Amino acid sequence: MTTNTVDLVDYDEVLEKFDPVMGLEVHVELHTNTKMFCGCPTTFGGEPNTQVCPTCLGLPGALPVVNKIGVESAIRIGLALNCEIAEWCRFARKNYFYPDQPKNFQTSQYDEPIAFNGYLDVELDDGEIFRVEIERAHMEEDTGKSLHVGGADGRIHGADYSLLDYNRAGVPLIEIVTKTIEGTGERAPEVARAYVTALRDLLRALDVSDVRMDQGSMRCDVNLSLMPKGATVFGTRSETKNVNSLRSVERAVRYEMSRHAGVLLSGGSVVQETRHFDESDGSTRSGRLKETSEDYRYFPEPDLVPVAPSREWVEELRGTLPELPWQMRNRVQKEWNLSDAELRDLVNAGALDLIAATVKAGAPSGEARSWWVAYLTQQANTQGVDLADLAITPAQVARVIALVAAGDLTNKLARQVVDGVLAGEGEPDAVVESRGLKVVSDDGALLAAIDEALAAQPDVADKIRDGKVAAAGAIVGAVMKTTKGQADAKRVRELIIQRCS
Amino acid sequence: MSTEPPSITRDEVAHLARLARLTVSENELDVFAGQLGDILNAVAKVSEVAGADIPPTSHALPLTNVFREDVVRPGLTQEQALSGAPKSEDGRFAVPRILGEEA
Ligand SMILES: [Zn+2]
Repeated sequence: MTTNTVDLVDYDEVLEKFDPVMGLEVHVELHTNTKMFCGCPTTFGGEPNTQVCPTCLGLPGALPVVNKIGVESAIRIGLALNCEIAEWCRFARKNYFYPDQPKNFQTSQYDEPIAFNGYLDVELDDGEIFRVEIERAHMEEDTGKSLHVGGADGRIHGADYSLLDYNRAGVPLIEIVTKTIEGTGERAPEVARAYVTALRDLLRALDVSDVRMDQGSMRCDVNLSLMPKGATVFGTRSETKNVNSLRSVERAVRYEMSRHAGVLLSGGSVVQETRHFDESDGSTRSGRLKETSEDYRYFPEPDLVPVAPSREWVEELRGTLPELPWQMRNRVQKEWNLSDAELRDLVNAGALDLIAATVKAGAPSGEARSWWVAYLTQQANTQGVDLADLAITPAQVARVIALVAAGDLTNKLARQVVDGVLAGEGEPDAVVESRGLKVVSDDGALLAAIDEALAAQPDVADKIRDGKVAAAGAIVGAVMKTTKGQADAKRVRELIIQRCS
Repeated sequence: MSTEPPSITRDEVAHLARLARLTVSENELDVFAGQLGDILNAVAKVSEVAGADIPPTSHALPLTNVFREDVVRPGLTQEQALSGAPKSEDGRFAVPRILGEEA
């Protein structure tokens, strides 16, 4: 254990003296039906040890068989990250003694990853594109979950014993590793966050994972070292494990930069170790000393034969790639005639995908944009949730827009329908029905209301008859009042003028 | 190819013992270093037979791409899963605490 008391160096001073060097490792759990090497289900939240079998429990004699969708997903991820796909590769055993894998090894890939040498272009907050080079994406399996019993803080140090649930052991994981990221300077934390964000959006578009960082289906390890300005040799790196939100990725990089600088400027040397990120204060603390890769004694997995994707299969999978996030952005920018700044605002507000989905459901882009960035954004702010988490789907918004276009709803009534959907009252049509929100389009009913209003305000009626059409406003107001706002004001005005001519 | 006979040092044996979580006495380190060296030498004979044109073999059968459809198959019940465990609690395997390590 190393001590946790460090002098953090002010961020500006770090940058005056050092250049940050980063490497990001992202683990993503695939949302296949079954585990990577056995037919156990992968659903989240089951009773402990009810989604296990002899294979994932490492019982003697059990043999693994590779999940085809796991391999296909790995290849599709590799292709989307502009990687080369191996013509032939093997699984390897990564040996270690820790009870989160009952086999005492993790089935992974070592020097023969299925995908390698790619890149992801990442858009920063100001629209600048930063290319992150991808070293590899390989297939492996998740570990079980440990619960440490006893001890002061429920963590392992001081724990009396540990309890293991192997439901998650064997769930397919893809580990995506960047090449060394240099040249970011002060933007290192931002680049890290933007990369993980872009990767998450990409994986979501590929529909290979739930990519829920809060539930652990996407996790990020941050490798960081500092190089004194002008130096050519990398410094010693630390690896901060399991950073579990986009904001935390940014904070972890920033904290480690300040901490490394503190160690280096006080004449110390950085220890190569695993560190844990503390969400509460954004700090990291020392974990175990890092074992070297030789210590894992990797060797080819004898129980699994090599994977040799034919070029035909790879091309077939390339054909299944959906429109990727950046392609979608380029397309809608042209189609909707957006400036770079307008597009960026929609992306940053989390509205772009929702608007695109609303347009896909049949709404004109102008109306779709207007609903999401105005009224729905207000509702999200009031509720304190992200736009995407509002209880209304793009298809429902598109339906409301269609009802307005058909003249069945006014904009005011449409907002009430949306309120009803948000309140859990069902589909837009059901809300219209149950709240009685349909526009009064029956001219007979409107004329009756108009006649009543004209009779009540004879002086106004005379003015309109004298040609002062502006006076009709008062009658429109009265009619809207009697119809409880469920009339089309334009139609009411037309009828009033007809009536008085 | 190196002609030097492979050997294993006492320190390497100690390191391997630590990785395997085995307690090995000072005396045993010498014994195992000798025995493991003999095993390495015996295995190294294979390299004398196999020329550079013979790729290392990791699998006995010339098979690739053996896959399974992504369909759930019945596994074990919790009771069955835990039946061989020396100790369990709340449906989970109970294991001794692990000192100074965390995955
Ligand atoms: Zn299983």
